[in-house]
Amino acid sequence: MNNLLKVSKVKANIQQFHILHDINFEVPIGEVTVLLGRNGAGKTTTLRTIMGLNPVHNGSILFKDEEIANLKPHLIANKGIGYVPEDQGIFEDLTVGENLRVAMKREDQETTERLDWILDLFPDLKKFWKKPGGQLSGGQKQMLAIARAYVNENDLLLIDEPSKGLAPIVVEKVMETILQMKEKTTILLVEQNFHMASKIGDRFYIIDDGQTVHNGLMEDLRQDKVLMKKYLGVS
Amino acid sequence: MNLITRMMTKSNMIYLGIAALLLILPFFLTGRSVQFMITQIFIFAIFAMSYDLLLGYTGIISFGHAMFFGIGAYTTAIFMDRFDANILGLVLAIGVAVLFAAIVSFIVGILTLRLKSHFYAMLTLAFAGLFLVAAEKWRDLTKGNDGFTFRIPEILRDSTVMYIVSLVCLVLIFFGLRRLTNSPFGRVLVAIRENESRTESLGYKVLHYKVLVSVVAGVVASFAGVLYMLSLRFVNTSVFHTDVTIDVLLMTIIGGVGTLVGPIIGAALIELAHHWISGLANVHWIFERWIILYGTVYILVVIFFPLGIVGTIRAKLSGRSKSNVLEKKRAS
Repeated sequence: MNNLLKVSKVKANIQQFHILHDINFEVPIGEVTVLLGRNGAGKTTTLRTIMGLNPVHNGSILFKDEEIANLKPHLIANKGIGYVPEDQGIFEDLTVGENLRVAMKREDQETTERLDWILDLFPDLKKFWKKPGGQLSGGQKQMLAIARAYVNENDLLLIDEPSKGLAPIVVEKVMETILQMKEKTTILLVEQNFHMASKIGDRFYIIDDGQTVHNGLMEDLRQDKVLMKKYLGVS
Repeated sequence: MNLITRMMTKSNMIYLGIAALLLILPFFLTGRSVQFMITQIFIFAIFAMSYDLLLGYTGIISFGHAMFFGIGAYTTAIFMDRFDANILGLVLAIGVAVLFAAIVSFIVGILTLRLKSHFYAMLTLAFAGLFLVAAEKWRDLTKGNDGFTFRIPEILRDSTVMYIVSLVCLVLIFFGLRRLTNSPFGRVLVAIRENESRTESLGYKVLHYKVLVSVVAGVVASFAGVLYMLSLRFVNTSVFHTDVTIDVLLMTIIGGVGTLVGPIIGAALIELAHHWISGLANVHWIFERWIILYGTVYILVVIFFPLGIVGTIRAKLSGRSKSNVLEKKRAS
């Protein structure tokens, strides 16, 4: 088993709207796979569909060779998939510490070590340990969202636009962290910021109008100005 | 010993101090009506705290919470009426009442908590209506709307004993619920209130938590119903009325949702206002229609204290500006 996740011919609707028409991609173990595409292409819906938050109309999603399409989100999470949503999903009335504790499936030594490791990367979270999540800045919320997904020993992390709405200096910090996390876990990343995506990603899939239209190695994409201009608007 | 030391926080000491003052209060009170009114406040405070578990901590709106209050009151009253009115019989009756409430809240929860919160609200209203109609029509058992009086154990006939029993129950339930809401279970409840799908994608089966909290809330509400019935020594179908649910909703919102202390303050304010306004009925007819005044107070509280009394005070103390709070309310 080289691929941790395999998405085949997935179709998904949001209410009466057909959002995903034909999504196909694979996420190899130990790599960062990036989903690229313009706004509204279906990248976030793809992550939500994997996570069980949108129903799969057709197709297959295999995680560790096991079908997870249309399973309930809590079952998918307990199989070892962590999710950092686009809106971060911080529990605003819970403190930073409580946000992290509520995410911890176990409070054993291993989890504590992971918590310490992520807190060393994001010292702000330690500093504001007792502060309600709602009072954090946008960057701190993003750090908390990533820390919350990382604190458990997940096999796969789904991270949705971690750079969205953040100041460049915070984007750099988040990028550095994901690069370090890359050493320890497999990541499926959705990112509009091509600079960040190209630095972190090992391979890419381009989604356009609900379909995967192109894929390859990230280093090849960096050279392909035509493709970048056509699908990503990057010149 | 460790548990006791850990529990002796500053806030717990303050709460225990207030409880101790309330415990000696009957020895300084002269009028029985005041003592009775304070007993009623204790009972409704327990009821309001049970509602706060649903609304304040989990974000579940129920329009049928009176159903559990009524189940507690009627089950115990029927037992007391049909069997010996001694302490053993009362304990047995309370056990049956609480178990019955737990079963009903489990069934209602499992059937309705899968739905969106507004559907749950409407379905609980329907279930409560069902219990009201059943209580009115099953006259052989409930004596219908006329209700009935019954004997209670000798010791509880003394109003001071009833006052102390209600106060002790309030204190024990308050600390019990506080422990529950500060536990990992309580944190999951708050997470569910804030973002249900996010909580689910963290690996929690949300329905289990919602059903479990609705059972706890139902059991506590039924226990409040038991105390209410014991304090009145009379029961009729009014305990199932929607007014009772609206009262407890107001107590919780005015006091401050998600605080546990708030509903106690809300219960005191509503009961005192009820008592005071009813006394003004001779002055002007409008005071007989106290529900109009409640409505006005409710509108004013929602506008000026969207977090309730305790919630607003806590927000001020924690340095959050009013604009932040309102912005968050608007967003939710």
